[in-house]
Amino acid sequence: MAKNLTPKNTILDAKQMARIIRRMAGEIVERNKTADELLLVGIRTRGVPLAEKLATEIERMEGHKIPVGMLDITLYRDDLSTIAAQPLVKATHLPRSIDGCVVVLCDDVLYTGRTVRAALDELVDFGRPRAVRLAVLVDRGHRELPIQADFVGKTVPTSQDEVIEVTFEATDGTEHVRILERKPKQ
Amino acid sequence: MTPETITRWTRKDLLGIAELSPAEINLVLDTAESFSEIADRPIKKVPTLRGKTVLNLFFEASTRTRSSFEIAEKRLSADNINFSSSGSALEKGETLIDTALNLQAMAPDLVVIRHGAPGVPQMLAARIDAGVINAGDGAHEHPTQALLDAFTIRRHKKKIAGLRVAIIGDIEHSRVVRSNIHLLQKLGASVVVGGPRTLMPAEMEKMGVDVAYTLQDAVRDADVVMMLRVQLERQGRMAFPSVREYFQLFGLTTARLKGAKDDVIVMHPGPMNRGVEIASEVADGPISVILEQVAHGVSVRMAILYLLSGVSSEEA
Repeated sequence: MAKNLTPKNTILDAKQMARIIRRMAGEIVERNKTADELLLVGIRTRGVPLAEKLATEIERMEGHKIPVGMLDITLYRDDLSTIAAQPLVKATHLPRSIDGCVVVLCDDVLYTGRTVRAALDELVDFGRPRAVRLAVLVDRGHRELPIQADFVGKTVPTSQDEVIEVTFEATDGTEHVRILERKPKQ
Repeated sequence: MTPETITRWTRKDLLGIAELSPAEINLVLDTAESFSEIADRPIKKVPTLRGKTVLNLFFEASTRTRSSFEIAEKRLSADNINFSSSGSALEKGETLIDTALNLQAMAPDLVVIRHGAPGVPQMLAARIDAGVINAGDGAHEHPTQALLDAFTIRRHKKKIAGLRVAIIGDIEHSRVVRSNIHLLQKLGASVVVGGPRTLMPAEMEKMGVDVAYTLQDAVRDADVVMMLRVQLERQGRMAFPSVREYFQLFGLTTARLKGAKDDVIVMHPGPMNRGVEIASEVADGPISVILEQVAHGVSVRMAILYLLSGVSSEEA
C-alpha cells in the first residue's frame, strides 16, 4: 500500500470473494453453453489469479481443465509518452491459439476502461477469437471509454479520490477487497 | 527485492557496458526476456514506439547488427531511417559535429550509431537531445552485443555468476571482447582471454582477466567458449604467418574442446570465418548457440529501444 493511502473499509473478505467468484464461474459457463472453447486470459498482475480461480471453479462444474493465459498490456498502454520512466514489461503467455475461442478477459478492477482497451488491442494481434468477454471482480465506475463488463463480481460506487485494493493469496498472501482513501497532498 | 534489481531505467544513452551497474544490466536482460515472446506471435509487432523516429547511422559496414536494430525498431512500431557510410555527407567533407547538429535539427527520438572511431557515440550523445545507442565504436565498445551474449548465456546456464568464460581470437581489435569483459565481470563470471601474442594487447591482466596464449589453456574448464572473428582485412599487418597456421593453432575443433566443461556452449558474434577461427563441425554442432545469439539480439535491442525511449533529455 502506498504511503498516502489510508484504508477506509473492507468490501469483501476471502470468503465473500470465493462465493462471488463461484457465482461468476457459473455465469460464464451458462452464457457459453459449453466450456469446450473457453480460454480465460488474466490481465497482469491481478487478473491472473482471478482467471485461475475462475478456471478452477469451471473445472469443478464441467469436469475438465480450462486453459488460462496471461497478458501484459504494458506495450499497448496509451500513456507511455506521458509517464516518466518506462514501466517494467512482463511476459505475455497464451497457452493455445485464440482463433475460434471464446476468450474471457479477466481483471480485478474495471475503472477507466483503458487497460481493457489495451488488452483488446493486444489480443487481436494473436488471432481472431470467436468472441471476447470481460469478467471483473469489481466495477468501480468512472469509465473513460465505451467498455462494459459481461461478468461483474460486485459493483462498487466510488469517488475518484478512492482506490480499490484487491489482493489474492497467490500475489499478496492475503485475500480481500478494500477501499482506500487518497490523502490530499500537503 | 534484492539490491541487484531495479525497475527504472534512467540513462538517456547506451554508450558502453563499462558505466552500467549490475542492476541496470539485469533490468535490460529481464526486459529482453519479456520481449522475446513477441517473435513467436502471428503479428510480430507491438504499438509501443508508435510515432517515435529512430535514425540508424552506420559509418562502418554491418549486416547483422544493422538488420537486428531495424527489425527491433519495426517490431516496436517506430519509424526508422537509415544512413550508411557511402554517400553520406561525412564522405563529402562534413565534420562529425556538423552532422550531429544536422541530425539534431531533424529531432529524432533515438540514434543508433556505429563508427570506426572510438568515442564518436559519446561525442554525439553530448550534443543531441535524442538518446544515443552505441552499435560499435572502433575497438572500444559494442554494448548490445555483450548484452545479447549475456542473454544467451543466461538462457543456457540459468545464471552468469560463477561461470568461466573463454574469449579467444583477435583480442586487440575486438570491441566485443571489451564490452563482454566488463559485463561478465560485473555479473560475477570469470573471464580468460586467449589468442596469439601478436593479437593480445599488453597488460590485458589489468582488466582483471586471465590471459592464455594457447587454445588449450584458454578453454580449460570453460562453461562458455566465445570465438572472435579473425579480421582478415587487417591481415596486411601480418599478425600471424597464414590463415592456415592460425587455424592449426587457434581454430576451434571438437577435439580441442576436450578440456572444457562437459556442457560447454560455443558462441561467435559473427560474421564467422569457417576454417579460420572455427571449424564447421563446431559451428554447426549441437553445442553451438551462434544462431540463437542472432535471434536474441532482436529481443535485447527491443528492450534497449524501449527503455531508452522512456527517458527524456531533461531528466537524464
